[in-house]
Amino acid sequence: MTVSSTPFSEGFVVSSKSPSTHILSLGSVAKSFAGLKAVNDVSLDVHQNSLTALIGPNGAGKTTLFALISGFIKPDTGTIEYNGVDITGVAPFDNARNGLTRTFQIVQPFAGQTVLENVAVGAHLHFTKRSLALEYASHVIEKMGLLPHARKLSSDLTIAFRKRLELAKALATQPKLILLDEVLAGLNPREIQEMIPLVKSLVTEGVTVLMIEHVMQAVMNLAEKVYVLDHGALIAEGTPSEVTQNEMVIEAYLGKGTAERLNRKSAKLDMKAHP
Amino acid sequence: MRDIKFIALFAILIATLPFLTHSGVILNFVVMALYASLLAQSWNILGGYSGQFSFGNAVFFGTGAYVQAIAQMQFAMNAWSALMLALCASACVGLFVGSVSFRYGLKGSYFALVTLAMAEIFRILSLSVNFTGGGVGLMLPLNSSFAGMQFVQKSGYVWLILSLVCAALLITSFIKHSKLGACMQAVRDNEDAAKALGINPFSVKLVAISMCSVVMGAGGAIYVQLFQYIDPSIAYGPQSSVEALVAAIVGGVGTLWGPIIGATALLLMSELTRNLFGQIPGINMVIYGFVLVFIVLFAPTGLTGLGVSVRTLFSRSHNTNHRNKVDGGEDLKGLDGERAGSAESAENGADRTNLTNLTNLTNLTNLTNLTNLTNLTNLTNLTYQTNLTKDNNSPKSQVTQDTQVTPDTSSRTGGK
Repeated sequence: MTVSSTPFSEGFVVSSKSPSTHILSLGSVAKSFAGLKAVNDVSLDVHQNSLTALIGPNGAGKTTLFALISGFIKPDTGTIEYNGVDITGVAPFDNARNGLTRTFQIVQPFAGQTVLENVAVGAHLHFTKRSLALEYASHVIEKMGLLPHARKLSSDLTIAFRKRLELAKALATQPKLILLDEVLAGLNPREIQEMIPLVKSLVTEGVTVLMIEHVMQAVMNLAEKVYVLDHGALIAEGTPSEVTQNEMVIEAYLGKGTAERLNRKSAKLDMKAHP
Repeated sequence: MRDIKFIALFAILIATLPFLTHSGVILNFVVMALYASLLAQSWNILGGYSGQFSFGNAVFFGTGAYVQAIAQMQFAMNAWSALMLALCASACVGLFVGSVSFRYGLKGSYFALVTLAMAEIFRILSLSVNFTGGGVGLMLPLNSSFAGMQFVQKSGYVWLILSLVCAALLITSFIKHSKLGACMQAVRDNEDAAKALGINPFSVKLVAISMCSVVMGAGGAIYVQLFQYIDPSIAYGPQSSVEALVAAIVGGVGTLWGPIIGATALLLMSELTRNLFGQIPGINMVIYGFVLVFIVLFAPTGLTGLGVSVRTLFSRSHNTNHRNKVDGGEDLKGLDGERAGSAESAENGADRTNLTNLTNLTNLTNLTNLTNLTNLTNLTNLTYQTNLTKDNNSPKSQVTQDTQVTPDTSSRTGGK
């Protein structure tokens, strides 16, 4: 399953700005809902075979942006390019066929079906034969650590396993770019620790990941690049450590003036630590 | 596959029945049960597997019936080629209804209402055009031969309808074990998630409705062959739609055998009540209603669901032991066989919500029927009258020609 686009892609991932390594680029995408600008003039690029995070306070428009990229809603203005092809307004199922799929923040299992059947639905995208689809599905299930639950009803799973199922369903479609919408939300620290390597393994297998995440531990751990969205607009981008020190980001999360206060506090602490 | 073995067994069992007994009562019951199963299976394909609840399956039923009758009477076609034409015609109507309603994303009660309205539109149309015979209806001349698809002996009908029911069963079992079925069930359970996995809900639903309409059209054609008579209220009235959906729900939606079990159980019940309380007209419909309410309340998965829940109780301990072995193709085959237990109980969860929706819908339909009735009775009476006068005036009318054969057929239609 290892897909590397060019022999020297590894060296290119971080440094190159050439458009050929962008699997996804948004150009001034905007969407408003009856006066509310949910996404306002957002431009961002996702490098081939990288793990990019999209963070921001609640209601910042992250999920809307995912819906725009995957085709569930159409942008008012702007363009979305995937692999150099304009996919603005392309239906989500066509995007999935081209290797761009998403997961849902509020997990959307096919409640009446078993875990295996759920994942097989995704596998059917590339396998017409039922037995082959089931075989591939069980392969994905094994990778996601869901094997003991393969025959349970998806509605009987705990939230942690439902999140994994969400991931497994999307993976079964053999995506090139996967949009993960808060796969870690609602999990306890141990479950997060178990989930992080799974997400990491996607990138090593050649899948590009764009993830929305609130769990900063994961973002710091996983992401090569972070985009910060607030009130529908991009307010910062950079490496995780750059972004977390960005004053605008701190203020977006913790309120106006917090950055200053925090700076003062850390200065005081520094004074105490190294008098 | 296990399902196909069961279908073959079912076919052999029913097919040998006419050799074992010549009792008209039993054979007539079997014919009617098979006919009702056909309608129920049609509804099950669209409602059970794809989650699109239609209240107007009569649209397909009536189209099949009328095409079957008209092709034979006005185009002098052989009954078998007429059947093919009837199936094509109802498929076309299915595609039309589907493309109109699914194109605009109608689901749930909205889709149900549109299909209901479609049936009503077709009913009024069939009242007001000439080639359907208007309100007088069409009476198929008696032609007891293989080519005419009419049989003196009930056994002929048993085999004819049995083959169609088996075809419907094979279609359903194909749906159950194929990509198409997986897509249909995915769309039923969660349309957005299905879209994210590369499924185009519109085309999946369109395929489902065309399959449903073909089977329902076959039911309509069979009705004409059985009773040699069709009129707008039989063809496009709510009777056949309700019969199809109630039988499927009572038996268990989204299962292979549910519709057959449901149809048989309901027929058995209505025959019994008719014998016990024959003097009170319509009592079987009252009991129908009660049974539907009780099934929705206490057995939302239908009669098959009851059987399955008993089975899962017994096999629960057995299942947990084998749960961990799912890797190779070998195990998957076993899984496919064993799915019956888990998958059908799987359907339980989804169906409960669907069924509560349905009860809401039944309330709705009663309402709409009421308003329809008050609005439409005037209209239909009018068209009915005009058609009558037309028919009386024209000397070559079909009605007068066929009156010679009425004694026999009327007794048969009376039986229905």
